[in-house]
Order: sequence, then C-alpha cells, then structure tokens
Amino acid sequence: MAKRIEVSGLHAYYGGVHAIDDISMTIEPRSVTAFIGPSGCGKSTFLRTLNRMHEVIPGARVEGKVMLDDEDLYATGVDPVAVRRSVGMVFQRPNPFPTMSIYDNVAAGLKLNGVRRKGQLDEIVEGSLRGANLWNEVKDRLGKPGAGLSGGQQQRLCIARAIAVQPQVLLMDEPCSALDPISTLAIEDLIAKLKDQYTIVIVTHNMQQAARVSDRTAFFNIAGTGKPGKLIEIDDTSKIFTNPEQKATEDYITGRFG
Amino acid sequence: MTAVSKSAPGPGRSAKGSSLAPVSSSRKIKDRLVQGLVYAAFALAIIPLLSVLWTVITNGLARLDADFFAFSMNGVTARDGGGGAYHAIIGTLEQVAIATVISVPVAVLTAVYLIEYGAGSRLAKAISFFVDVMTGIPSIVAGLFVLAMWMLTLQIAPEGSGFAGALALSILMMPTVVRATEEMLKLVPGDLREASYALGVPRWRTICFVVLPTALTGILTGIMLAVARVMGETAPLLLTIFFTKAINFNPFDGPQGSLPTFIWDQVSNPQQTSLDRAWTGALVLILLIMLLNLGARLVARRFKPAAGR
Repeated sequence: MAKRIEVSGLHAYYGGVHAIDDISMTIEPRSVTAFIGPSGCGKSTFLRTLNRMHEVIPGARVEGKVMLDDEDLYATGVDPVAVRRSVGMVFQRPNPFPTMSIYDNVAAGLKLNGVRRKGQLDEIVEGSLRGANLWNEVKDRLGKPGAGLSGGQQQRLCIARAIAVQPQVLLMDEPCSALDPISTLAIEDLIAKLKDQYTIVIVTHNMQQAARVSDRTAFFNIAGTGKPGKLIEIDDTSKIFTNPEQKATEDYITGRFG
Repeated sequence: MTAVSKSAPGPGRSAKGSSLAPVSSSRKIKDRLVQGLVYAAFALAIIPLLSVLWTVITNGLARLDADFFAFSMNGVTARDGGGGAYHAIIGTLEQVAIATVISVPVAVLTAVYLIEYGAGSRLAKAISFFVDVMTGIPSIVAGLFVLAMWMLTLQIAPEGSGFAGALALSILMMPTVVRATEEMLKLVPGDLREASYALGVPRWRTICFVVLPTALTGILTGIMLAVARVMGETAPLLLTIFFTKAINFNPFDGPQGSLPTFIWDQVSNPQQTSLDRAWTGALVLILLIMLLNLGARLVARRFKPAAGR
C-alpha cells in the first residue's frame, strides 16, 4: 500500500513570490517523516506540493519532480484529482463537513466518487473509524452531525475521512496545533499505528512531537523575510535531535535560533 | 521561556491613585444618550410597519370570507358586494412560480461562476457590474422590455399572458438572487473546499455536494426575499398580463389576473364594496408572502448545518 516519495529539484511559487527553493529528498514508505522549522519557511507549502494542493491557490505553480514510486505527479496528463486520491491530507484545523453526519463525513470521499453500495460503505466507514481510534466513541451516534464532536474527535474524524479513500500516503499539516494535550496524545498514538500501513508526513511546530512520533526529521529554514524556504537537512530523527550536521539545525532545536 | 513580567503602572490611573475609580458621570450620560437614540430609531422604524399591518388587517378583515377565495370578479361590478380574488390568487401563484423556476437556476449558477470559477477574472468583473446595473432597473422598465421584445417584436401572445408577466418578474428576481447567493457562497470556509479536494473529489462535485449544501439556508432566504419583492410588483404586470376579471388557469394564453393588479383595479373604484375587496386583496398578498416565508424557513431548518451534540 504505502509508497515511497522522491522529490528532486522542487521549486514552488505564489505568483511572483518564490516560496521554496530547490528541494530534494526521499520519504520512506511505512515511516513517519516530520518537517520542522520556523513559520514561513515553506514546510506547509512543500507538504501541499506533494498532493498537488498547492496549485489550488490562484497563481501558484510548481517546478521540479515528485515521484510516487515510479510515477511523476507533475508529468503532463496527470490528473491532480487522481493524485489526491492516493495522497490524502489532514489539515491544521479540524474541518468536518458541517452539513453531514459522522457516517457521511467518513463516507464523503467514497460517495462523492461514486461508491453507492451500502454494505461496502458500512464496512469501510467502520474500518476507517476503527483505524482512527474513534469507533468506540461514535458507534452509537453515526447519524449525528460531525460538527457536534469535540475538537480532538473531529480531527480523528478527519483522519478517518482521509484514510477511508485508502490513500498510499497521508500528509498532516500541524494536525495537533488546535488540540489539547490529551487529544494530541490520541492523535500521536494513532500516527504510530497508521505508519504500519501508510507513508506519513507531518508538519509540526512542536519539536517534542517530532521527536516522539517521527522516524526521520527534515529541518527547513529561510535566510530572511522575502527569501525562499530551503531544506537544511534531513536525517534520522535521533541523529537530528542529538547530533545534527548543520549548525542552524542545532541552533533551532536547542532554542538558540534567531 | 519568558520571565515573569514586572507589574507596570498602566495608564488611566485616577489622580487619587486608585485604578478602580467608578465610571465617570459623563460616560454614564453618554451611554444613556446613545441608548435612548438607538431605542428611538427602532421605534421610528417600527411605527410605519405596525401602522401598515394594522390598517391592512382592520380594513381587510371585512371581506376575508370563503367567497373571496372561491369566486372571481367575473360579472361583478364595483357596486356589487361579493366577488373574490380567486382568479388573482391563481395568477399571482402561477406567475411567481414560473418566475422563480426561470430565475433561480440562472442566478444560482451565475453566483457559482462568480465565486467558484471566475473570481477576479475580467468576465466575472463584467458580469458583476451588469448584475449591479440590473439591480437598479426600475420594475416598469422590465415590463416594457418584455412588452417590446416578447410580445410586440417576437409576437408571442401579444394579447398578454401570465408567462410574459413571469418573464418580467424573473428579470427583477435574478440580480437579487445572484447577490444573495454570492454572499452566502463567500461565507463557506475555504477549508471545506480544500478538505473535499484533498479527498480526490473533483471541483464540480465539491460545489454540488459540499459548498452549495453548506450555503443552502442562506440561499433559500435570499430566494424568499426576492419572491416577496416581486410578488407585490404591479407596474410590470400591468404591461404584460394586462387585465381580466375571469379565471384563467393557462399562463401561456390570454390575460391573467394577479393580486397587485386586482388591488390596483379595485382601488380605482369609489364604492365601499370595491375598496373592501382591495384591502382584503392586500391582506391576502401579505399572508401569502408570510406563508411562503414560513415554508422556506421550515425547509431551511431541515437542511441547516446542525451543531447539536
């Protein structure tokens, strides 16, 4: 299921603004890769280039190559909609669809893509909710609105919704930044469980979180305001947090940054 | 790691040295004054409304009987009692229904284009400008346009028809519905669109199954306001449906009645019997709009994004 991502020479732009500069990295399957770095350094932008969500913003464009195993996501003729089906995404703020019930939220990706068989849907919805560690909390109220859940539950609902379409890769853009520590712990446990099946990439501002959940960590930085973000280094998480190659990484991790 | 900040002496300390001085009397007076102004403005705004309702209800009750809903004015002269607005109610309902069916799809799709597809493009700006222009069209001009274009140039039912009236009304409804829908679509958070795209849902399905349902309550309210507005239009109808005292169910053939033209006709007679009918017509028109509003609210509640636990 899980696939390897290989990025080479990737640049991203917002209109005339050069947002990220010449990034190359390999993201291993069945592992968690964390992106850390100061605000505005292009972590989220880079994350969004991995499932072609970057180009949803008017005027945004990308140069370079992103290989998902042996397919180039940016090759001509590739449908961004198909890319997003195999590379799912979870956002910073929980965003369940307000008009839909818990069940319909999880089934949304399938229903909106034409899966109508009730039996099949029931099975996938239950599987996804179990996968997101939410089944026991919501199994008696699947017909209730998704917006009625707590913030942490909503975020797990969004994760269930993302894994219901059975992607190869799961991108998470600061998934815990709007949550309390208990809910954060629930999500981190979930990430540890999901990495057996998926390639997971997580952007986080919480370095302890990166250290706890990830196998590899990438550090991004900017030279100054208005300059494009760059990848400083990527390595095993244990190495980044104990003995990084670059001085900038060490400064950032130890809090001597800036 | 922030150090515990020293408690700095803030500004606004009173001369006596206490930072908890009571609210100054000048501030109290200003507060009362503004409060009074706000209440006065509210009262001023509500007086005409209550006065209209009171007049219409007291004068209209006299003829609010079964006959009014069961009979037309066929063969009834101004001097006679009895008679009713059956033909006019039928006409108004048909004309407004047709106008809604014509204008709502066009207007909603226009708004979807303006917000979801065209945002910022030159075509969208042009359309937006013309929608604004349309909002300002006097209603009689819409009637004249249909008279000149549809009835006289194309020679379709030149003797007047309910459909021609509906066309004029739909011209008046369209810009209102476009504006209302646009505002509602703007309120749908971008997060929801992105969440849908990230599931691999194409744009058009995202719009149909995520964006429009989320905005539905507001769009329905906008449509109801537009319906309420055109239901009371008289001028464009006088030029397009012409006038009849008889029941005509067919909106495509021959003149039709309508409540506004019924009222206009009855008021033009000096007899009390006729004036009574006019008042009751006005009352029925208001009730009709209220009923439609209630209906729309019920429908909207059914689809409302529920936040209950």
